[in-house]
Amino acid sequence: MDTRVNICGVEFKNPVMTASGTFGSGREYGEFVDLNRLGGIVVKGVADKPWKGNDAPRIAEVYGGLLNSVGLQNPGVEHFIKEDIPFLRQYDTNIIVNVCGHSVDEYVNVVKALKGQDVDMLELNISCPNVSEGGMAFGTDCTMIEKVVSAVKKEADKPLTVKLSPNVTDITQTARAAEAGGADALSLINTLTGMKIDIYRRQPVLARKIGGMSGPAVKPVALRMVYQVCKAVAIPVIGLGGICTGEDAIEFIMAGAAAVAVGSANFFNPYATVDVIEGIEAFMRQQGIENLSEIRGIIE
Amino acid sequence: MKTVESARVISNTNISADIYDMLLQSPQIASEAKPGQFVEVYTGSSEYLLARPISICEINGDTLRLVYRRAGKGTEIFTHFKSGDKVRLLGPCGNGYTLKKDKTALLVGGGIGIPPLLETAKQLGGGTVVLASRSKDLIILKDDFEGVGAKVYIATDDGSEGFKGNAVELLRSMGLSADVIYACGPKIMLKFLNQYALESGTECQVSMEERMACGVGACVGCVIKIKNGEDWEHKKVCKDGPVFDGREVVW
Repeated sequence: MDTRVNICGVEFKNPVMTASGTFGSGREYGEFVDLNRLGGIVVKGVADKPWKGNDAPRIAEVYGGLLNSVGLQNPGVEHFIKEDIPFLRQYDTNIIVNVCGHSVDEYVNVVKALKGQDVDMLELNISCPNVSEGGMAFGTDCTMIEKVVSAVKKEADKPLTVKLSPNVTDITQTARAAEAGGADALSLINTLTGMKIDIYRRQPVLARKIGGMSGPAVKPVALRMVYQVCKAVAIPVIGLGGICTGEDAIEFIMAGAAAVAVGSANFFNPYATVDVIEGIEAFMRQQGIENLSEIRGIIE
Repeated sequence: MKTVESARVISNTNISADIYDMLLQSPQIASEAKPGQFVEVYTGSSEYLLARPISICEINGDTLRLVYRRAGKGTEIFTHFKSGDKVRLLGPCGNGYTLKKDKTALLVGGGIGIPPLLETAKQLGGGTVVLASRSKDLIILKDDFEGVGAKVYIATDDGSEGFKGNAVELLRSMGLSADVIYACGPKIMLKFLNQYALESGTECQVSMEERMACGVGACVGCVIKIKNGEDWEHKKVCKDGPVFDGREVVW
């Protein structure tokens, strides 16, 4: 049985990564799972300078998932290079750096700072719904997407995946814009914007009122978008959104995803990543599948 | 080292209004736990997926005692756990109090902030304890504190038991002090308690609260503002806390 997958020249031992913002830089869940088991770790968003993030409350539980409005709090790229790359490099897994910014220049600054660093892939975050500049503001406008992707691609010395927002009318259009800008791969979906009101306090639960929804409740939406995008572009797609089990991951692969990422499931089950890997393997054994290419994109 | 353990419920009883007292056999977590730490308790429901952070009230051998409040739908599920049930716990989480055993201790608990101070008092060998709440029926664990050798003072807002007023008013009126204050309770109580401590230059360790998702520091949801030179930064209650030096908190 072979679970390996190659995405734009980067070899993954299996198709399971972590979703940015749910796994830090691996330290926290490294207490629960062997990080060597993972195909890759997509680290929490990294900006050119430290970001403080949004005020609390940043978390609201909703049916089948949660809303967050963390706002990409991070200690900046310098800290990431100094502290997190050496930590992650102790493990036999790929490092994918989620890059965030308020402007094209800030995205480019991060990518320039990462030039020559020992990481495997970059993920451009143009889809965070919790920041007022950059993030989703970029990721919902096709002209802007093409502009920021090509600017970043020019400076990138690693393959670039672009993380797309589901908060658009037609995700195949933003996917094509990213591809036109030079993206080597696409990651989708980021969170769906959502809201919760505490009716007794007559206030939104989140300090920022609106946040991003993730968790198993969003999986059908994510799967539909991955399916549509896989049909619309020629570059590989990393599928994510509500994946909790091996069966969930197989659905995304059948829809055409080259690989998958596990996000909020980590919050409900710290072993989620390894459970998904083992679930995929169990399904392959049970179905007599030798290589995931046998089932990838089989949905017409 | 944190772990996820399937704990066995020994008992789960309603001790006052919305307050419940649950004993769980949880050998791995109990062997690692320190006073002021908490556990993440999973509901077992597919509707409420996030675990609830509950402070550790007591550690006895392989047993954890959790005294919790029915505050919403997740903790409502906990109230139905029965003896023999298996409950998934993640822990121990957070840093806990830094116990200064050679110094005199003043422990101040407000409402559902009272429970974590019991194990703290036990390991400190007593101390002066102030239990504060809105009214008499929300004053919990008084006998337990006395049982570990603590001198207990009670303050209720409505005067239904002990001193009429809040915890800090009681401290001022009785002139209570110690080398170190250990506290847990509503943010407003902790804020004024910290001011009280600052007046005499007393160390004040405060246990803070914020809406939490992962409980281990990965999601960066449960932040509070902590001083950083002239500026401030967001620190995680679950991993950097829940116990902070009161002087460091941006109140």
